Amino acid sequence: MSTTEKFIQMGIAVALFFGVMAAILLLTQRLRSRTGERVQAAAFLAPAVLLIVIGLLYPAGRTIYRSFYGASPFQAPFVGIENYVDLFTDSTQLEVLRNTLLWVVLTPIVSTFIGLIYAVLVDRARFEKFAKALLFLPMAISMVGASIIWKFVYDFRSSDNVEQIGLGNQVLEWIGLDPYNFLLTEPWNTLFLIVILVWIQAGFAMTILSAAIKAIPDDIIEAAKLDGVGGLRMFQHITIPSIRPSLIVVLTTITIATLKVFDIVQTATGGNFGTSVMAYEFYRQNFVSGNQGLATAIATVIFLLVVPIVVYNIRQMRRLEGR
Amino acid sequence: MSTPVNEVETVDPTPAGTGKGNPKTASAAAKEGLTGRLGSGLALVIAVMWTLPTAGLLISSFRPEGDVRTNGWWNVFSNPSFTLDNYRQVLDGSSQTSLTDNLINSIVITVPGVLIPISLATLAAYAFAWMDFKGRDTLFVAVFALQIVPIQVTLVPLLQLYTDPPFNLMPLGGREAPAGGLYGLWISHTIFALPLAIYLLHNFMREIPGELIESARVDGAGHVQIFTRMMLPLMAPAIAAFGIFQFLWVWNDLLVAKVFSSPQVQPMTVSLQLLVGERGQDWYLLASGAFVSLAIPLVVFIGLQRYFVRGLLAGSVKG
Repeated sequence: MSTTEKFIQMGIAVALFFGVMAAILLLTQRLRSRTGERVQAAAFLAPAVLLIVIGLLYPAGRTIYRSFYGASPFQAPFVGIENYVDLFTDSTQLEVLRNTLLWVVLTPIVSTFIGLIYAVLVDRARFEKFAKALLFLPMAISMVGASIIWKFVYDFRSSDNVEQIGLGNQVLEWIGLDPYNFLLTEPWNTLFLIVILVWIQAGFAMTILSAAIKAIPDDIIEAAKLDGVGGLRMFQHITIPSIRPSLIVVLTTITIATLKVFDIVQTATGGNFGTSVMAYEFYRQNFVSGNQGLATAIATVIFLLVVPIVVYNIRQMRRLEGR
Repeated sequence: MSTPVNEVETVDPTPAGTGKGNPKTASAAAKEGLTGRLGSGLALVIAVMWTLPTAGLLISSFRPEGDVRTNGWWNVFSNPSFTLDNYRQVLDGSSQTSLTDNLINSIVITVPGVLIPISLATLAAYAFAWMDFKGRDTLFVAVFALQIVPIQVTLVPLLQLYTDPPFNLMPLGGREAPAGGLYGLWISHTIFALPLAIYLLHNFMREIPGELIESARVDGAGHVQIFTRMMLPLMAPAIAAFGIFQFLWVWNDLLVAKVFSSPQVQPMTVSLQLLVGERGQDWYLLASGAFVSLAIPLVVFIGLQRYFVRGLLAGSVKG
C-alpha cells in the first residue's frame, strides 16, 4: 500500500464516521414528540453502545469461557480449571507471578513517594514550573521510547579495554566498581525494569499530589502553626492526612497501569532472563507459544486482580470530586 | 459525580507564580523541615535522574556512528562532533533502515483513532447527560463500569472477530482485510477509548447549567440544535483534554498495534521495538529512531499541557 493510499483510507474512515454522526443528527432533527425523543436518544447512543457490546462485553465473556478450554486455537477440549492450576504451580508461571507482585508493590509506592517529595520540594520555588516539567515530560514518551532510553543507560561492555557507553556502568567505573550487567543478571534485573516505569509514572503522581497540596486550606495551616506545629510534623499530621484521598487515587491508578505493563518488558528484555510479567506472559502464551487456554486464563486473572482496585479507585475519586 | 469546572481550574498544578505573597502553606511549612542543602540537593538529584537519560540518547542521536560505538556520549563535551547522518538513515525513504513508512503509519493510525471515538463519545455523552429515557442511569453505570475491562481480556476474541467474522461480514483482519487491517486498528482504539471518553465528556457536559438547556428548549430548539450549536462549542476544552489523552495513548501504544497490524501498517512503536531486538547494539540508529517517534507527542504535549492536566485531574483510568 502506498503512502497516498493510506492517507486516502484514513480520509475515508474519518468521513465514514463523521457521516454516521451527521446522518444521526440530520435524521433525528425533526423529532420532537415524547416517542420521537426516545428514538433520538437511541440513535445518539447506538454506535457507541454497539461497539462497546461487541468489542468489550462479548470478548470479555468469551475470554473467561475460553480459559476453561485447552491450549490449541482450534477445537480445544474442555479442561476445567487446569489452566488456572498451571498458572499457580508451573515454575515458569510462578516466577511470572513473583515478578508481577514485585512490580505491583514497588512501582506505585516508589513513584508516589518520589512524586510527593518532589512536589513538596519544588512547591513555590523560583523555577517551579520548569522543575515540574522535567518530571512531567516522560509521560508524553512511549514506554517503548522510555525503554530504549534506559536500555542505553544500562548498556554493558564486559571487557576491560573497552570504554563503557552506558551511563550506568560508566558511573560505576568512576566510583571504582566493576561494570554490572543490569538487564541480564537475575533476579535483580526486574528491579531495573521497574525503574523505567517509576520514571514514567512519577510525573503523574507529582501533578496530582501537587494540586492536592495547593488545595489545602490556609486556615488549617494557620491553626496548626499557632499550636506550634511545623516542619516534618506538619507534613506528617497536616499535609499527609489532607491529601490522603489524592494519595490513594494516585497509588491505585499506578497499580492498575502496572498490572497491565507489557511494553517495557517486551522492549527491554523480551521477557527473557526471568523478567516476564503477567501482561507480557499473556501475549507470549497466545501469540508466540500458541497456548490460548493459558493465555486467556492469565487475562482473566489480570481482570480479577484489576476489578477491586478499580472499584476502590473510583470510589475514592468520587469522594475527591464530591468535596 | 461531576467536577465543577472552577474547581478544576483552581487546582491547576502550574499556576504561574501563584501565592508568592502568601508563603504560609502546608507544603511550605513541610519544606522547612526538608529545606536547606539536603532538600534542594534531593530535588536536584531527582531532576537530574529524570533528565539525563533522555539527554544522553538525544546527544547520541547527533553523534557519528563510530563515536557512539566506541565511547560514551559525555565525551561530547571534551571532543564535540555532530552529524545528521543518523537521522538521514531513519528518515531517507531509500535507506534500508528507513522508518518513514512507519512514521506515516503512526499518523494514519492515530488521526482516526482519536477523531472517531471523540465523535461517537460526544453523541453518547450528550444523550446520557441531557436526554430523558428509561434506563438511562443503569446504562450509564454499565458503560462506565466497563472501564475496568483490561484490554488483554478482549484481544483474543476480538482478533477472531476481525479475521473470521460471523454472518459472512467483511473480515477486518488477516490477509484479505481492506487497507492492510487499518480498520481493525481504528475500531479497536475506538472501542478501548469509549467508556472513559463517554464518562469524562458526560461529566463535563453536566457542568453546564440546566437552565441554559431548558431555556433553549422553551425557545423551540431541538436536541440536535442544542448539541451542535451550544454543546460542541462549550465542550471544546473538554474535547481537547480528552483528545490529547487519546492521542498519546494511540501514538504510544504497542500492544494493540502488535496484535492487530499487518507488517505493512506497523506504527513506529512496533518497528522500534523490533529494531531493538534485531540491532540492539546499533545505538546510533535506535537513538535517532526513538527521537523521531518522540518528537511529535512531545510537541503536542508541551503545546497542550494545560488541557492535559485538566483531563488528568478530572480522573482517568484506562482499560
